[in-house]
Amino acid sequence: MISQVPFEHGMIFAGVLFFLGLAGVLARRDAVFILLSLEIMLNAAGLAFVVAGARFAAPDGQVMFLFVLGVAAAEVSLGLALVLWLYHWQRNVDIDNARSLRG
Amino acid sequence: MPDLVWLIPVLPLAGFLTLALLGGRLKAGVVAAVGCGSVGLSMAAVLMLLAGFIHAPPPTFSYSRTLWTWFAAGGLAPGIGFYLDGLSLVMVMVITVVGFLIHLYSVRFMEGDEGYARFFAYMNLFVGAMLILVLADNLLLLYLGWEGVGLCSYLLIGFWYREAANTRAAIKAFVVTRIGDTALVIGLFLLASGLGTLQIQEIALRVGRLWAPGSLAASAAAALLLGGAVGKSAQLPLQTWLPDAMAGPTPVSALIHAATMVTAGVYLIARMHPLFMHAPDVLLVVALIGSLTLLVAGASALVQKDIKRVLAYSTMSQVGYMFLALGVGAWSAAIFHFVTHAFFKALLFLSAGVVIQALDNEHDIFRMGGLKKTLPIAFWTFLIGAASLSALPFVTAGFYSKELILRAAWLSARGGAWLWIAGVAGAFLTSIYSFRVVFVAFLGPDRTIARKTPVSMTLPLVVLALFSIGAGLLPAIFGGLTRLALPAGPAVPVGIEVQAIAALIPVLGIAAAALLYRGRPAYAAALARRPLVAALHGFLLSGWGFDRLYQALVVGPFLRLARINRGDFIDLPFRALAWTCGLGSKMLVATQSGKVRWYVMGIALGGAVFIAMVVFL
Repeated sequence: MISQVPFEHGMIFAGVLFFLGLAGVLARRDAVFILLSLEIMLNAAGLAFVVAGARFAAPDGQVMFLFVLGVAAAEVSLGLALVLWLYHWQRNVDIDNARSLRG
Repeated sequence: MPDLVWLIPVLPLAGFLTLALLGGRLKAGVVAAVGCGSVGLSMAAVLMLLAGFIHAPPPTFSYSRTLWTWFAAGGLAPGIGFYLDGLSLVMVMVITVVGFLIHLYSVRFMEGDEGYARFFAYMNLFVGAMLILVLADNLLLLYLGWEGVGLCSYLLIGFWYREAANTRAAIKAFVVTRIGDTALVIGLFLLASGLGTLQIQEIALRVGRLWAPGSLAASAAAALLLGGAVGKSAQLPLQTWLPDAMAGPTPVSALIHAATMVTAGVYLIARMHPLFMHAPDVLLVVALIGSLTLLVAGASALVQKDIKRVLAYSTMSQVGYMFLALGVGAWSAAIFHFVTHAFFKALLFLSAGVVIQALDNEHDIFRMGGLKKTLPIAFWTFLIGAASLSALPFVTAGFYSKELILRAAWLSARGGAWLWIAGVAGAFLTSIYSFRVVFVAFLGPDRTIARKTPVSMTLPLVVLALFSIGAGLLPAIFGGLTRLALPAGPAVPVGIEVQAIAALIPVLGIAAAALLYRGRPAYAAALARRPLVAALHGFLLSGWGFDRLYQALVVGPFLRLARINRGDFIDLPFRALAWTCGLGSKMLVATQSGKVRWYVMGIALGGAVFIAMVVFL
């Protein structure tokens, strides 16, 4: 069933997803939306792994996706903690307000 | 017994270390005990060695011991080794005895000075460095002592560093002698590369085998060593530092002039005599430098007003005699004159120090006068010193040593008569200027009120005065010692008239001084007012204008060059590099804006560029 979706289509879809996520990270100022967009980018990368694994008939792609999921989970837990802290500090979640942290 | 030779330089160096590390916390009495005691013990060791040497001389009349190898590189392995023979024994004896007396004198002279411990530390280091210089068995160790002596002279001349003039004098002494040191070190390179060794005894052997007499290599090496000797011994043309070196405390002047420093050059030439005998032209230059210096300095000493400057010029002049003796091959006469000179010059400086201190730091002899009554011991000792300096016949030590030099000059093959005339003229000048000081400062009308002098200061004076008279009897002992280390001079007898002239000249000089400064002082003053004489007077007072000449020829142009190059153009590329780095840093700092989305943009663009490189290249 997987083999019926052409490899190129899968990769193009992953690329489109990735750039959608990147555009979200760049355009949004709301920290929650940035996290959301990052999640989309991670999933794009994961999709690319899975598609490539199917193409070469290797299980490695799916294993990598599990890793990506782990990374994503860790990233979200940290990211949400930061967002909460930002909210406590600034009373909003505008990422540009964290500018004074540049040291 | 001769195993103790290493103790001789080590004791003063240990004294130096103690005083340098703990000096500030010790009581003045302890400082004085350490300072004098270290040199005193060293003197005791020397006297024991001397007794052993005379009583039971070693079979080769020399003793050498290498403690350890300093370093070994490229076939050159100089050791920390000491070589003791007649020559170095005589040198260490004079250095420690005179050094000890000067230290003893300084205990009271420097009393109450805030740098009391510093003073004794430097003095100990000075003596220690000089002892290393004369005991070294290789030229590199000798050079270590040589530089140590130079360093200490700098430290001690500028001892009272709060006066800018003193530090200027110290820097001048250091820089001028450094010119000579540079020549010396190039000479060492030449010897090391030409003969493959720096061991002094080995050089003496190899120079005869490898270099022909009068060859270019031998002459160049000898000339470069002479350059070093000229710098340290304040001979023409590097003599200008010595009169200014009077800025230091008086015991320092005594030490520099009598026991250490200025005699280092004489020792170097005497020690390297095999090399110099292979370069007869250089040896002639040595004699010429010596005779010129003794005349130039003697003439300058005639008109100085500062009692210490008179003595400074007289040192230059007497070291000139030693160079003359070395130049005509009278090696042991030079060393003998060094010994007698050490005694009477130390004596003169120390009694001048008594006078200067008793008169509240008065240096001008024309403001002294009548000191015979108020400072009798200083008067009598100064008189003995001046008589010995003028080589008054038969009773003084200076007569015997100077007579030997003049005789050797008369007999020398090249330019004998001229060198002899220069020596005799110098002797005439010597007796005039030394008795000028006696007549003006010690006799004459009473002009001052003087304070009492402590006993520990007069004791060294009396001992040195005895030596200044009695050392003339030493050739019997010392000739024996130095003859073993140095080739004997010509033993041809000279005519009685030559000796008579040499003996009469000092008496004539004293008579002339008496006539001018005692009998008819008004005439001398009137003479000095004539324009021509006054111009000559000023010329001689400034030391023949050498300072002005060097200022115009060397110092001025060098300073101008330094001013042009104030920005240091060699540094420009490096400064440009530093500036570029700074600029890059500023630009990178600007990118750290704190805007997270800009960072993401940067990462994305960087990733894009990287992927593009992978794909397209």
